[in-house]
Amino acid sequence: MPMILEVKNLITKFYTLDGVVNAVNGVSFDLEEGELLAIVGESGSGKSVTMMSLLGLIPSPPGKVESGEALFSGLDGQQDLLKLSPQELRNVRGGQIGFVFQDPISTLNPIMTIGEQISETLTRHKGMTREEARGQALQLLAQVGIPDPELRYKSYPFQFSGGMRQRVVIAIAIACTPQMIIADEQTTALDVTVQAQIVELFKRLRELLNVAVIWITHDLGVVAGIADRVLVMYGGRPAEIALVDDLYERPQHPYTVGLLGALPRLDAEESKRLVSIKGTPPDSLIPLQHCPFAWRCQFAFERCWEEIPPLIAVGDQHQTACFYDMEKGEARDG
Amino acid sequence: MQRYFLSKLGQSILLLFGVLLLVFVMVRVTGDPASLMMSRQASPEDIAAFRERMGFNDPVLVQFSRLISRAIVGDFGASLHFTTPAMPLVVQRLPATLELALAGLLMAVIVGIPLGLVGGFNPGSLIDSVGRFLALLVQSIPNFWLALLLILYFAVQLGWFPSFGRDEWKSVVMPAFVLGLPVMGQIVRLTRSAVLEIRGEDFIRTAHAKGLEPKTIYTKHVLRNVAIPLVSVIGVQFGYMLGGSIYIETIFSWPGMGQLLEQAIGWRDFPLVQALAVFTSLVVLGLNLLTDMAYAVIDPRIRYGR
Amino acid sequence: MADNAITPADSLLDVKQSFSDRLAYLGRFLWRDKGGVLGMILFLAVVGAAVFAPVIAPYDPLAQNLRDNKMPPAWQEEGNWEHPFGTDNLGRDSFSRIIYGARVSLTVGFFGVLIAGSLGLVIGAIAGYAGGRVDAAIMSVINLILSLPYLLFVVFIAAILGRSLLNVILIFGITDAPVFARVTRGEVLRMRESGYVESAISAGARWPRIIFGHIMPNLIGPLITLATFEMSAMIFYEAGLGFLGLSVPPTTPSWGNMLAAGRKYLTSSPWIAAFPGLAIMFTSLGMNLLGDWLRDVLDPRLRRSRK
Repeated sequence: MPMILEVKNLITKFYTLDGVVNAVNGVSFDLEEGELLAIVGESGSGKSVTMMSLLGLIPSPPGKVESGEALFSGLDGQQDLLKLSPQELRNVRGGQIGFVFQDPISTLNPIMTIGEQISETLTRHKGMTREEARGQALQLLAQVGIPDPELRYKSYPFQFSGGMRQRVVIAIAIACTPQMIIADEQTTALDVTVQAQIVELFKRLRELLNVAVIWITHDLGVVAGIADRVLVMYGGRPAEIALVDDLYERPQHPYTVGLLGALPRLDAEESKRLVSIKGTPPDSLIPLQHCPFAWRCQFAFERCWEEIPPLIAVGDQHQTACFYDMEKGEARDG
Repeated sequence: MQRYFLSKLGQSILLLFGVLLLVFVMVRVTGDPASLMMSRQASPEDIAAFRERMGFNDPVLVQFSRLISRAIVGDFGASLHFTTPAMPLVVQRLPATLELALAGLLMAVIVGIPLGLVGGFNPGSLIDSVGRFLALLVQSIPNFWLALLLILYFAVQLGWFPSFGRDEWKSVVMPAFVLGLPVMGQIVRLTRSAVLEIRGEDFIRTAHAKGLEPKTIYTKHVLRNVAIPLVSVIGVQFGYMLGGSIYIETIFSWPGMGQLLEQAIGWRDFPLVQALAVFTSLVVLGLNLLTDMAYAVIDPRIRYGR
Repeated sequence: MADNAITPADSLLDVKQSFSDRLAYLGRFLWRDKGGVLGMILFLAVVGAAVFAPVIAPYDPLAQNLRDNKMPPAWQEEGNWEHPFGTDNLGRDSFSRIIYGARVSLTVGFFGVLIAGSLGLVIGAIAGYAGGRVDAAIMSVINLILSLPYLLFVVFIAAILGRSLLNVILIFGITDAPVFARVTRGEVLRMRESGYVESAISAGARWPRIIFGHIMPNLIGPLITLATFEMSAMIFYEAGLGFLGLSVPPTTPSWGNMLAAGRKYLTSSPWIAAFPGLAIMFTSLGMNLLGDWLRDVLDPRLRRSRK
């Protein structure tokens, strides 16, 4: 499969009053056409900032993308997103790359009709007239499962339920049939049954549109049934990347193990309580000089405190940023 | 929408009742309204006769219901100074005060909103810093003092504008400027902070993520949302100007309600003061209703009853 | 902003910080905001003038000296440094009167805010905590009062009650209480919704602990900020009342009274009215700058909008 996105060594910092926040400290990954990659991590792990950085959406100042490459193979051939002009980037955003953000009540403009908010993407990228955009928007509303689109087109966000609003946000993201969608914590604010409906909707749309998806979440459970691969992030760096089944069966990073332990399992015995990961995330004001997880890692040894572990291949499409081999119970070679 | 408007109307009527009660109580709070209204040289007999004539000897409830029943038909008694009905005296002063307040507001809006927008879109820039400081400064200058300085310089020394009266178009310039200046400061500050706040909202990020042009985002998404608090503050400030015009009208001898209030207090003409208080409240309440309607036009959340 | 990492907020009111940490933080924050520094200096200058008035003022503010009346300030012709700001129509030293005038302004501002704040705190807390009908009733009364033409009623009431310091303080203290009540109520409501007061109750905390340990620390920031702005407004309005001859008795040296007296000699001796006006302006400016700064420091929610 050809790659649609290749990110290499991305570094993003925020220059705030309190000091320099090292939000993303060298992230590399790639995405195949039509693939669904889940990026998992706790808040502050840099997963959202990574994606925002790629598309010039971090507030600047204080944010600044320091270095890196993001090769996107869209309609205009391969181009480095980080080198595009603001105007070129705007042509990509919303057109070839769609966005779904969390908390649909605040992501939609409260005083603009749902219809207008969908149509304006279409008139912007597809050069449609208002009338054409309206027709297309009505179809999109139906496509994401909103009943009575004619009526709903004229409604305002506050007249919708949370799940309905999320469907509208998805309709906006897919409006211009993008090659790639970035979904940021899109199910976090919803209750469990609605979450499941949104995941179902996404599965259906993916098959229909054959679009690549990056699904950012802090909840491994949500993406288990839908992701192809999972990238686990910690402290602004990739901790582990693997095919989804491989990751669940054979986690190779102590943080991933912790995450899986913290996941409520339906098949677990009742006596087994939820395991939480001890300690707090690293202070991103301090520049990274060793493994970011070392503070909280029960396996940490000298080397973990001396250098930053790079991604090491540990299997087919499986890499981990850890010097310790948990299966063998000893430090890795090299 | 209708229910919203009706409830606002009901509240206003309730408030008007509250104003009448307040005025009624305040005039009697010193214990003897008659001696409050009579000159200090008045003889005890005169005061007793006045008390009887004004009905201050009747039971309080009778006095209050008389006030209410007369107020409903617009009768607020006779001015002690002019010995003619008080309300018509007040109403004929309205145009002058409205002219002054509107001119001041116009200046405040025309200068204040653009300055606030520039600041909000370029926070930290030189023009923003200067604008913020000026806004704070003009809010800190006592306007009755500034009025004196302006008269001294522009009227007495330069002779550009008349120092008092309402005889030519130039007359309104200085009083309106002084009256509008603190309002302008308020509008600059509010517009700036509203723009900053809206720009930080998630839906603006969504608009950027849609690839919309910055121009579209500013006009369609930011400005329309900024208009909501702006409308409300302009309504409130207009009401403030009607009350605050007392200094300006006094200093510039502007024949409006504020000047009449200052004079009526000097004459101890409390029936006239009472009529002024009630009528100004009525005008302010009317303005509030207009503001609420403007609100509903801009904000669908109110239009659809949320 | 997407991730929490962007704003590692160390709030001033974070209970975990030690006192010296907080002080150091306050200092750093103050220094960043030059307006705040200016505001602080102006405010302290006014407070200093009020407290040490007898030491600073070269003359008795009431001492008349008709021989030297209407002397211009020192830097003008015919002026001299014995009366730096000149003298008024009765030959009283303007500088001394300005210094003593700070006492009236600050007294009105301080006690006015104290009364308004206490009343408002109680009313607002009752409304916010009781909720439901009580809240709705209190809030509708408050909103009604706040929609009245404020200045007009202050003037009206002052005209009836007559000129005295106590009356002025009471007028501002009572008429300004709704503003404090509204803010208190909003904060209490927000705290209730956040649920941690509930969790404190369910954890067995006693009432005093809940009020002073949980509710007050969160209220204090917004209320101090508001108090600064309201005090500035009261000083402003007191001078306005004085200008109309409705504040403290005419013999008391207050900025408003001095302005009113100076107005009569505006064209011949403009300095008589100029200095009290400047005093009001700098005091008000100082307190507004201070208030802006306090709002930024004490309200972490607003800090994100700053660069």
